[in-house]
Amino acid sequence: MDPIFLAEAALNGVLLAGVLALLALGLNLIFGVLDIIWIAYVDLVTVGMYAVYFLVTDYGWPLWAAGLAAVGLGGLLGIAVHLLIISPLLTSPPVNQLLATGGLLFFLQSFMTLLWTTDHRSLRLSLPIIQAGGMFVPFTRLLSFGVAVLAVLGLYLFLTRTYMGTAIRAVSQDREAMRLMGADPQRVYLITSAVGGAMAGVAAALLIIQYPVHPYFGAAFGPLTFMICVLGGLGNMVGAFVASFILSEIISFGGVLLSTEMGYVLAFVLFIALMFARPGGILARRA
Amino acid sequence: MTRPRALAALLMVLIAALPLVPMGGMRQYALHVLVQIFIWSFIAGAWSLMGRFRLVSLGHGAFLGIGAYTSTLLWNVFGLTPWAGGLAAVAGAVAVAAVVGYPCYRLRVVGHYFVLVTLAVGEVVRLLIIAERGWTGGSLGLTLRPAPAQASLLAAQFADKRIFYYASVLVWLGGLAIWRRVDRSMARSAMEAIGEDETAAASVGIDVTRFKLGITALSAALTAGGGVLYAQYITYVSPETLSGIGVSLRIVFAAVLGGMYSLLGPTVGTALTIALSEYLRVTFGIRLIGMAETIYGLALILLIIFLPVGLYGGLEQVMRRAGAVRPGRRMTFLQTRKG
Repeated sequence: MDPIFLAEAALNGVLLAGVLALLALGLNLIFGVLDIIWIAYVDLVTVGMYAVYFLVTDYGWPLWAAGLAAVGLGGLLGIAVHLLIISPLLTSPPVNQLLATGGLLFFLQSFMTLLWTTDHRSLRLSLPIIQAGGMFVPFTRLLSFGVAVLAVLGLYLFLTRTYMGTAIRAVSQDREAMRLMGADPQRVYLITSAVGGAMAGVAAALLIIQYPVHPYFGAAFGPLTFMICVLGGLGNMVGAFVASFILSEIISFGGVLLSTEMGYVLAFVLFIALMFARPGGILARRA
Repeated sequence: MTRPRALAALLMVLIAALPLVPMGGMRQYALHVLVQIFIWSFIAGAWSLMGRFRLVSLGHGAFLGIGAYTSTLLWNVFGLTPWAGGLAAVAGAVAVAAVVGYPCYRLRVVGHYFVLVTLAVGEVVRLLIIAERGWTGGSLGLTLRPAPAQASLLAAQFADKRIFYYASVLVWLGGLAIWRRVDRSMARSAMEAIGEDETAAASVGIDVTRFKLGITALSAALTAGGGVLYAQYITYVSPETLSGIGVSLRIVFAAVLGGMYSLLGPTVGTALTIALSEYLRVTFGIRLIGMAETIYGLALILLIIFLPVGLYGGLEQVMRRAGAVRPGRRMTFLQTRKG
C-alpha cells in the first residue's frame, strides 16, 4: 500500500481525535462530577448542530454568531436536562438514571425526526482544502482540532484557577465531604451541567461545519464518546484526549486497511481489553 | 386453592383460549401483538435475571443478535434445522458471555464501567454483522429462507400464527419458571450479597466470579433463545432491530418499567411498552413520522421519574402497605443506592 495513504490515515486519525475529544469534554465533566452517564449527550450536540444550521441558512446569521448562540443554547439545555430529569433522580438507583437519559435519547431523536425529517443537512461551506506533501487536509477539520485543543485548555484553566472550578473538582472527589463543609452541591451540579451543555454547543458548532446533521447523528458518535470518557479516566481531561487519539487512530487505520466498520470493531474490542487491563483509565496509576 | 393461584389459573385459561375467540379480521393483528409481547417479555425477564443483581447490561442486543443470526444463517446456508441451530445459537451466546464476563468479574469491572463494557459488546456484534455484509446481508438484513410446506415442522416455520402464539406462551412460561427457580435458590442470596458488597460477600466464602458468571451465562442463553424464536416468527433479521443500543435499551426499559424485582414485572413492562408503541404507531402511522416515538420517549422519562420502582413494583408496594402481602426484604434492597 502506498505510504501516503497510511500517512493520510494517521493524519485523519489525529483530526478525528480532535472531534471526539471535544465531544467527550463536556460529558466527561458531567460524568466526573455527577457520576451519571448522560446517554443522550451527543443528541444534545445534534440539537445544537440543527440550531447553527438553521440560524445560518434560514436567518442568515454569520457562522461565528450562530456558533455562540449554539453554546448558549447548549448551556440552557444542560440546565434544563439537569433540573427536569437528573435532579429528581439524584438518589435513584443508577439504572433508573441511565434509563431516564435513555428516554431522552429516544425523545430527542424522534422529535427531531418529527420536526425536520431524516434528511441530511449540510452547511456546504466552501472552505479551502490545504495540500501538504501530497496529502489533502480539509481546513474545517484543522479548525475544529485547534478549537478542541483551546476548549480543553480553557476548561482546564476554569477547573483549576477559579473558585467554582475548584468547587466542581471538590464535589467530584468527595460528595459527602463537600456537604459537611457546608457547601451546596446542588449549585455545583447545576453549573457543571450548564458548562457541560455549553461544551456540547461548542462541539455542535464545530461538527456542523464538517458533517451533515440528521436526527440520528448521535447514534454514530454516542457510544464512542462514553468509551473515551471511561478510557481516559473519569474527569481526567488529558486522559480523555489521549484516549480519543488512540481510538481514532485505530478507527482511521482500520478503516483504510480493512473496512470502516472493522475499524470501529477494533476500537471497541480494544476498549474492552483496556477496561480489563487498566480499569481506572489509561493514565491512572494502579492502586 | 389460594386466591393468587386461582387467579393465575384463570389467567392461564384465558391465555390458552384467546386464539379461539372469534375476532374477525382483528385476529391476526391481535395475535401478532401478543406473540411479540410474550417473546419480548421472555427476553426482558432474561435481562432482569442480571439486572436485579445490579449487573446492568446494555449489551443484551449482542446475545439477541448472536441468537437470531446463528440460527438463521445455519438454516439459510447449510439447511440446518433451527431446532439444532437454536442450540448452536445458545451455545454461541454463552461462549461470548463467558469470554467477556470472566475477565469482567475476575478483574472487578463494576458499575458504570460494566455498563460501558456491555455497551461495547453490543456495538461490536452490530458492527460485525454490518461489516460481514457478504453473507449476513449487512444493514439490509436477511430473510429466512422459506421452507416447503411439508418441511414446516423441521424448519420451524409455520404459516398459522396460532402455533407461534402457543409456542411463545410456552417459552414465556418457561422463562417465568426459571425466574422463580433463581428467585428461590441459594444463588439469589449469594447474588444479592454480591450486589450489596462484593468484598464482604467474598469474605464470607461466596465465589463471586462463579455466581456472576453463572447468572450471566443463564441470562445470555435465554436471550439468545428469545432471539431464535423471534427470528423464526418474523422471518427477517436485521442488525438494527436485533442488536445495538436501541434494542438493548428497549429491553432494559421494559424490565425496569414493570419492575425487575418481581416475577411479572418484566411482562407487565413489556406489555405496556409494546401496547403503547403499537397504539401510537396505529394512531399516527406514517402521517407524522417520529410522533409515536417522541411520545414513547417522553412517557418513559415521566414513568421513570414518577414510578421509580416500576409499575408492578409500585403496585406491590401499595398492596404491601395495605397489609395484603407479607413484608419482603427485596424492597429495602431496592431503595438503597449503590450500597
